[in-house]
Amino acid sequence: MIDRVRGALLKGAMAAALAVALAVSAQPSARAEDPIKIGFGIALTGGLAAAGKAALVAIQIWAEETNASGGLLGRPVELIYYDDQTSPSTVPGIYTKLINIDDVDLVISGYGTNLIAPAMPIVMSHGYVFMGLFGLAVNERFDYPYYFQIMPAGPDPRADWSRGFFEIAAAQTPKPVTLAVTGADAEFPRQALIGVRQNAEEYGFEIVYERTYPTSTADFTPILRAINATNPDIVFVASYPPDSAGFVRAINEIGIKAKLFGGGMVGLQYSAFQSKLGSMMNGIVNYDFWVPEPTLDFPGVHEFLAKYQAVAADAGIDPLGHYLPPWAYSYVQVLGQAVEAVGSLDQTAIGEYIRANEFQTIVGPIKFGANGEWAETRMLMVQYQGIDDSGLEQFSGPGKRVVLYPEAWKSGEINYPYPGADN
Amino acid sequence: MLNAELLLNALASGLLLGGFYAAISLGMTIVFGQLDIVNIAHPAFIIVGSYAAYALNDSLGLDPLLAGLLFTPVFFAAGVVVYRVYHAAFEARGAEALRGLVFFFGLLFIIEVLITLTFGVDYRLVDAVYIGGALKLGPVGLPWRMVVPFLVALAMTLGLHLFFKHSFMGRAVMAVAQDPVALQLMGAKPVRIKQFAFGIAIATAALAGAMLIVIGPVEPSMGRLYIGRVFAIAVLAGMGSIPGTLVAAIILGVAESLTATFYGPSWAPAVAFGILLVTLAVRPAGLFGR
Repeated sequence: MIDRVRGALLKGAMAAALAVALAVSAQPSARAEDPIKIGFGIALTGGLAAAGKAALVAIQIWAEETNASGGLLGRPVELIYYDDQTSPSTVPGIYTKLINIDDVDLVISGYGTNLIAPAMPIVMSHGYVFMGLFGLAVNERFDYPYYFQIMPAGPDPRADWSRGFFEIAAAQTPKPVTLAVTGADAEFPRQALIGVRQNAEEYGFEIVYERTYPTSTADFTPILRAINATNPDIVFVASYPPDSAGFVRAINEIGIKAKLFGGGMVGLQYSAFQSKLGSMMNGIVNYDFWVPEPTLDFPGVHEFLAKYQAVAADAGIDPLGHYLPPWAYSYVQVLGQAVEAVGSLDQTAIGEYIRANEFQTIVGPIKFGANGEWAETRMLMVQYQGIDDSGLEQFSGPGKRVVLYPEAWKSGEINYPYPGADN
Repeated sequence: MLNAELLLNALASGLLLGGFYAAISLGMTIVFGQLDIVNIAHPAFIIVGSYAAYALNDSLGLDPLLAGLLFTPVFFAAGVVVYRVYHAAFEARGAEALRGLVFFFGLLFIIEVLITLTFGVDYRLVDAVYIGGALKLGPVGLPWRMVVPFLVALAMTLGLHLFFKHSFMGRAVMAVAQDPVALQLMGAKPVRIKQFAFGIAIATAALAGAMLIVIGPVEPSMGRLYIGRVFAIAVLAGMGSIPGTLVAAIILGVAESLTATFYGPSWAPAVAFGILLVTLAVRPAGLFGR
């Protein structure tokens, strides 16, 4: 009996020793094969899900390409992501789990200001480099040295965001004088409107109407009539997608008196809106980040878009993908280039490298400034021109979204005043 | 002069907006007001209606409102099924109060996920001949995309009012709303009548959804924006009154439009819900409540 027990103990001890030996011998090779884990929360449901899913596809394309060419530091890349449901309240929990439980090596942000800001305290407390995807002035209050934001707003993101609109307005003869401003009651429009006020003062415009509206607004004609009643020369709108469509339809239905209209209308960059609003968009001057104009034909961007467009239809996301996907690809592209250049996953070294160097990406050369925003603004102001109601195909090539600003990327001339003015 | 023109336009816009609000609230008036069922998922059914209209508009080029009308029998059948499940799982066991609410809350999310899986998460818009133009009546300009849904909403309200007032089944629904036990003693089956009423309520969502996507773009979770509004209108109307729903919706629409035009759009919901609170303080049963 005792022998049997002793025998069993001996066998057990041998098995344990073997297991430990195997584990120890396996460790070095396992480390080489261990993936580099990149963690993020992303909106797969809720109001920003359309953008979130498109961004995810772009990030996945980058990961596949990176793995196909040998990975990062010779290790494969693995994406670990959770649905933030477009709800800021889910974000702290997601990043805590990514860092403390999933043990990710790198973190990147979800899409949009509201979903980046709640992650900042957690990411900062763990000293991770944090790549931001389309956050507006998020780092202003945190002042974190290793936050880098890919949207080309510029060093003073709030003001630079709308600077192009005011540059264009101020260049017209006679120079317009009065300005109406409206935007949704939400974080992005609020931030954008602070910048608009700054610019209005700098460029000498008198604000004659300034009101925000709730995001549940169904009919925009009363707002537009109230704006028309103040007779503004130019109108700046900081709106979310449903509101943007509401405004575009309303200006075609009841007309506007302003000579320049648009500025910060989110949604008009999306294929679904372009194909249905069609000619109603003509004449509006609005921000964009990348459009297929000859001045913005950077290496790799068309190859990326071809890959994206091949999967977009099945994924039920923006079929052209001009607005966000190239940037979602680029923010991981920058991170990947920095990791390779540094040769390790040391967050401080990666962060310092990104701060100090220029990166060549599919959206062009990128250099970050002190606050983690682009060192110089490249916010485009485009004017919708010559659009008919034939659908989406016309937007895949140049000529429909003509770049007016910045001067270095300009691809055409403005039609001024707004063609529908005073109708 | 300018102010008078603005006022006229604001009133007209509010009237049209109210018609749309009535259309999205009629189903809630029936289910919540008459059947005492807190169907918090009703706006999600409206979004399904939007996507159904979008599907036919996009693939066959069918007018979205006509598509909505064609889908009403399908929605009616879906409503009957949902009520049967709800009744068997909760109502029959006397657990409808809190667990029933959880059931509909869950249903709301399930519907959203199903729409997302079927159509994706992108915004959807429709084409129709009346989108983009306006009806000019002197100084008043009314977008056709608001006028047409308003007319359909009026027809819906009138149709439902006549149905509940004059048809046998409609009167039976009203009887269930008043006293289900008494009806049972008379030999009628409240469950069958309630499932019929629930089906009618969900059928209205097909048309209301079509109106929603005519007015603006729709995405899967958009229904949540309307939960508060449809409940407010059902309560303001007087819990179960069809004409009351139209009146309450127009009051809210006009209040929102006037506030947006003359004061500031941000205050519009506060003013609308303020009216609800004041009305309930003065008339706790609502405008048309008994």
